[in-house]
Amino acid sequence: MKTTYRECVRQALREALLRDPRVFLMGEDVGRYGGCYACSKGLHDELGPERVRDTPLSESAFVGAGIGAALGGMRPIVEIMTCNFSLLALDQILNNAATLRHMSGGQFEVPVVIRMATGAGRQLAAQHSHSLEGWYAHIPGLRVVAPGTLADARGMLPTALADPDPVLIFENALLYNLEGELPEGAGAVDIDHACVRRPGSDVSLVTYGGSLPKTLAAAEVLAAEGISAEVLDLRVLRPLDGAAILATVDKTKRLVVVDEGWRSVSLAAEVVARVAEEGFFSLDAPPVRVCSEEVPIPYPKHLEDAALPQVPKIVRAVRQVLHG
Amino acid sequence: MSELTRERGLRLLREMLRIRRFEERCAELYQAEKIRGFLHLYIGEEAIAAGVMPELLPDDAVVATYREHGHALARGVAMNAVMAEMYGKWEGASRGRGGSMHIFDAATRFYGGNAIVGGGLPLAVGLALADALQKQSRVTACFFGDGAVAEGEFHESLNLAALWKLPVLFLCENNLYAMGTALERAQSQVDLVAKAASYALPAARVDGMDVVDVGDATRSAVAAIRRGEGPRFLELVTYRFRAHSMFDAELYRTKSEVATWRARDPIALLRARLDLGEAAMAALDAEVVSEVDASVAFAEAGSWEPVERLTTDVYARRPP
Ligand SMILES: Cc1ncc(C[n+]2csc(CCOP(=O)(O)OP(=O)(O)O)c2C)c(N)n1
Ligand SMILES: [Mg+2]
Repeated sequence: MKTTYRECVRQALREALLRDPRVFLMGEDVGRYGGCYACSKGLHDELGPERVRDTPLSESAFVGAGIGAALGGMRPIVEIMTCNFSLLALDQILNNAATLRHMSGGQFEVPVVIRMATGAGRQLAAQHSHSLEGWYAHIPGLRVVAPGTLADARGMLPTALADPDPVLIFENALLYNLEGELPEGAGAVDIDHACVRRPGSDVSLVTYGGSLPKTLAAAEVLAAEGISAEVLDLRVLRPLDGAAILATVDKTKRLVVVDEGWRSVSLAAEVVARVAEEGFFSLDAPPVRVCSEEVPIPYPKHLEDAALPQVPKIVRAVRQVLHG
Repeated sequence: MSELTRERGLRLLREMLRIRRFEERCAELYQAEKIRGFLHLYIGEEAIAAGVMPELLPDDAVVATYREHGHALARGVAMNAVMAEMYGKWEGASRGRGGSMHIFDAATRFYGGNAIVGGGLPLAVGLALADALQKQSRVTACFFGDGAVAEGEFHESLNLAALWKLPVLFLCENNLYAMGTALERAQSQVDLVAKAASYALPAARVDGMDVVDVGDATRSAVAAIRRGEGPRFLELVTYRFRAHSMFDAELYRTKSEVATWRARDPIALLRARLDLGEAAMAALDAEVVSEVDASVAFAEAGSWEPVERLTTDVYARRPP
């Protein structure tokens, strides 16, 4: 079936709402407006304002309310328009959602799902272009996932809702228009494992989310040069699937990590550190990271492009690990 | 209502028209893909920026939102610099780094251009705190939308400013919607003046379509603040004639509602009050349009910042 990433998200939301009366969706303009990325279009009219609930611009209050409602027996899906605004709710996510199980000695749980758009690339300038999934992946108590394919956009939500712990879903805004085939009857997928999206033997490209299409495109360019790149999609940013990372590096002996987060103290740094600690002797060359430059994202296209991971940069990085 | 001299009236009319024509051109340039990213037009709301700014002194500070082209122009940021910023050119007000949502200008103490709803309010309180601590009799004018009133920043900032008697003028541009959400669907208390007043600062509602009223209300609020009486709050009731941004099907409001408000176009209202004839209006318009034309030419002729400079202006000292 031909569809889009956006439609996969929408179908997943609809199915979740229809299946479980404890599930409700809330966020800014998710109801009548249909979501600022149109991910909930039509759901308000179909299911009503109780189940598809518009909130005021009060990120801290409605994210906290989602956490509280989860604590109270519901299965809320909270949409934060973009991760840029999640900073206003960071206290609730970090100090409540992530800690309640532990602080209460395991008495309470917070089965909330928080979805948000992430990423740059649309000339929205510094305050609207953050990639904060790596920050959230730093936090014990959260599960952080980044659907990079249609099947994951469709299938991660039901699994996240079934999880007894808080799950954050990061949807790269550039993926919403992604088109492709979704198998008939596609449904829940696991949120534990990374996945090899393209097998290869010369180098491992480890990535996730919005960088996945770029990385696959780079692998295509490399194939034309006779270089066989394996592309590993992390899918789950916390807890990381360390075994899958080590397995691909063990196979190819070379590692390039592609991550739209800033380079220093990043998710990419964590991947490289894991390989350094546990897979050091399988490496034939120093790993290379392709990340965002250490600058708030600038507005002009030429500067924004230069600040972000791009196919030519990934290709150059691969040549570097292969040829020094 | 104060007496309106013809000179003041014409000045206000020109300012509103500058903003209108500038933004109409921006909308065209957006279609032509010269301007990218988000573009939030102020069309319909011009009377607020045009009315407030003449009541401020050059040394006062201004904090605005992502819908701030009008504020920048009325504050005196050169139109050329604003247009070049819209293009992302190096000659722009923020050297092209910010674009439409992030116009900054130190010379006029224009502190942006904030794209996080409510993000400017604490900043304004801090600017005013600095003035208070340095015994400066300056005022900080802080613009924000009705949507921001739901954010914690609004409440925390009003409380702090009132508690510390800081020289802030809070200017809530109530255009009845925050994106697709009507005020009454976001606020338990839709009377924003009552809400602000609960923090024990004087608050008043003003017709934001009447530029003279806006000016008069600002004048007395600024005078009180300068006398050391602490912060003031004005709710300016207005309406945006265009979509929230360039990606908005406007399904949340009716055509007839838009038409009703368009009938109160602040430019037409003032023009009628001044009884300005066709010829005089056309002459004024021609002057304004030629300024806009010149700004487009300036932006077109501008340069792209060399990509080698990508990581400049992140720190004062470049990291090693
Ligand atoms: C903290 C935060 N949440 C959400 C957004 C997305 N957003 C941008 S503008 C806007 C509406 C704001 O409405 P209002 O404050 O009334 O200002 P207006 O656009 O009407 O001028 C929203 C929700 C944002 N920029 N920042
Ligand atoms: Mg508004």
